[in-house]
Amino acid sequence: MNHAMKIALRRILIIGVFLAIWEGASGRLMSPFFISRPSAIATRLWSWAIDGSLFINMAITAMEAIAGFVIGGVLGALAGLALGRSPVLAETLNPIINAFNSLPKVALAPLFIMWFGVGYEMRIIFTAIIVFFLVFLNTYSGVRGVSRELVNVFRLMRAQERHLMRMVIVPSAITWIFAGLRLSVPYALIGAIVSEIMASNAGLGYLIAYYASQFNAAGVFAALVGVMLLSFLFNAGIRLLERVLMPWQEVDEQREVTI
Amino acid sequence: MTASDSAATALMTFADIGKAFGQGASSITVLRDINLSVARGEIVALLGPSGCGKSTILNIIAGLLTPSTGVARYAGKAVEGLNHQVGYMAQSEHLLPWRTVAGNIQAPLEIAGQSRQAMTRRVAELIDMVGLKGFAEAYPSQISGGMKKRTALARLLAYDPETLLMDEPFSALDAHLRLHLQIELRALTRRLDKTLLFVTHDLEEAVTLGDRCVVFSARPGRIIKIIDVPLPPDRDIMRLRYDDAFPKICRELWSLLAPELENSPA
Ligand SMILES: Nc1ncnc2c1ncn2[C@@H]1O[C@H](COP(=O)(O)OP(=O)(O)O)[C@@H](O)[C@H]1O
Ligand SMILES: [Mg+2]
Repeated sequence: MNHAMKIALRRILIIGVFLAIWEGASGRLMSPFFISRPSAIATRLWSWAIDGSLFINMAITAMEAIAGFVIGGVLGALAGLALGRSPVLAETLNPIINAFNSLPKVALAPLFIMWFGVGYEMRIIFTAIIVFFLVFLNTYSGVRGVSRELVNVFRLMRAQERHLMRMVIVPSAITWIFAGLRLSVPYALIGAIVSEIMASNAGLGYLIAYYASQFNAAGVFAALVGVMLLSFLFNAGIRLLERVLMPWQEVDEQREVTI
Repeated sequence: MTASDSAATALMTFADIGKAFGQGASSITVLRDINLSVARGEIVALLGPSGCGKSTILNIIAGLLTPSTGVARYAGKAVEGLNHQVGYMAQSEHLLPWRTVAGNIQAPLEIAGQSRQAMTRRVAELIDMVGLKGFAEAYPSQISGGMKKRTALARLLAYDPETLLMDEPFSALDAHLRLHLQIELRALTRRLDKTLLFVTHDLEEAVTLGDRCVVFSARPGRIIKIIDVPLPPDRDIMRLRYDDAFPKICRELWSLLAPELENSPA
């Protein structure tokens, strides 16, 4: 048996034991009213899968999260590149950006509902703002960390700012940009789901809020499983994008390490 | 040819150059009274103890640093801002880890706005020239130290500057590899009719490569002596150690350098 299979087997074992304890405890140690039970959650998920509502609600949340993720990510990366390359701009704007960033974004949600209503626009903008700051801050420090010697070597070879951006700055900051994106995945989901809980009639956040209001623990847990599934898919997507955009990293990872 | 009578036709001149870093009490003087001229097509080795300001001199002629006193001239004009007539190769190769060997060599051609076909052809030529055949698609992390040097050299030649500035480029390589690269560097510089300013703290390397050797004192660096290397321009570097002139000139350089090494802080 190879290494990957052993690891997978161990994971399954841990999850299996956990689920077994949960199933056993439910109704004996704790009331299923509060903690439901894995078998009930599975049944619920199965029925949602059959009538398609699981995928519809996942898709709605995913669309909001992805739209917010893309808008916030692109704007954050662009802002990070611009401020990273322009000391004057950075000096001027940094305190302002930091002040905004220190606000807990969730506190802004009611304001956003007031401005943009309870539609998907509000949920996308809310998510985008959360992602923007995470990606911006990472991109900015990535750009500031670019080797200045390397930049000089290229400037001596007549490189203009646009050449530097394409050949040196963006590729060397891209690992940081991806660090920001990876960090953003849970927050993008938080953004989409929190705003769905507050104001929505569809999506996983809506399912959570709805079943909680019905005191249906199985429904809440089933919706949470949907959230985990979504987050798993998001991370896999990011990893794929990383592979495609940074082929040199894979080469480096596979290299045998010496001192 | 001495510094004074070549001054009129010199490609590079350093006139009364001094350089100090930092301000006020914490300022340190790195270079003092540097007068040197380098003729077109010459290979000049700058030799001195560590910290004596050799790299600073290269940075001044490249326009990356301004001298505190004196003027550096390139092709008759005072250097102001970046000097694009020179190409720089430092101890670290400064390759782009996200580009393959071919991609790295191609970078200056892209900056120059060459067509795709022209670039592909030129990159293939250069890869051949520096002996990197078969490694075009490898990433820098996959190749040896010597090959990284070759890649950096090929990129420098792709940029095709009139003058090559090299700052201890081979110091991290083993002796055999270094010898090979020295041979190729001298041959290429001659064949392509480049001017080369080569910084080293290795006395034998200075003799092997240089038409002239400039010996510096410990910091603050002054020029102690400029020596014409009595070896032919088409010297056979592989057989240099059989030539009686070689140990003689090395001994002479050592007698100049040794007292400075004692003065230089470890
Ligand atoms: N950019 C800089 N800022 C401040 N000090 C510097 C800078 N560059 C070099 N120095 C100082 O100048 C001295 C000479 O440096 P350098 O020219 O690199 O010497 P060498 O190349 O001969 O070893 C060093 O002691 C270093 O501390
Ligand atoms: Mg140096």
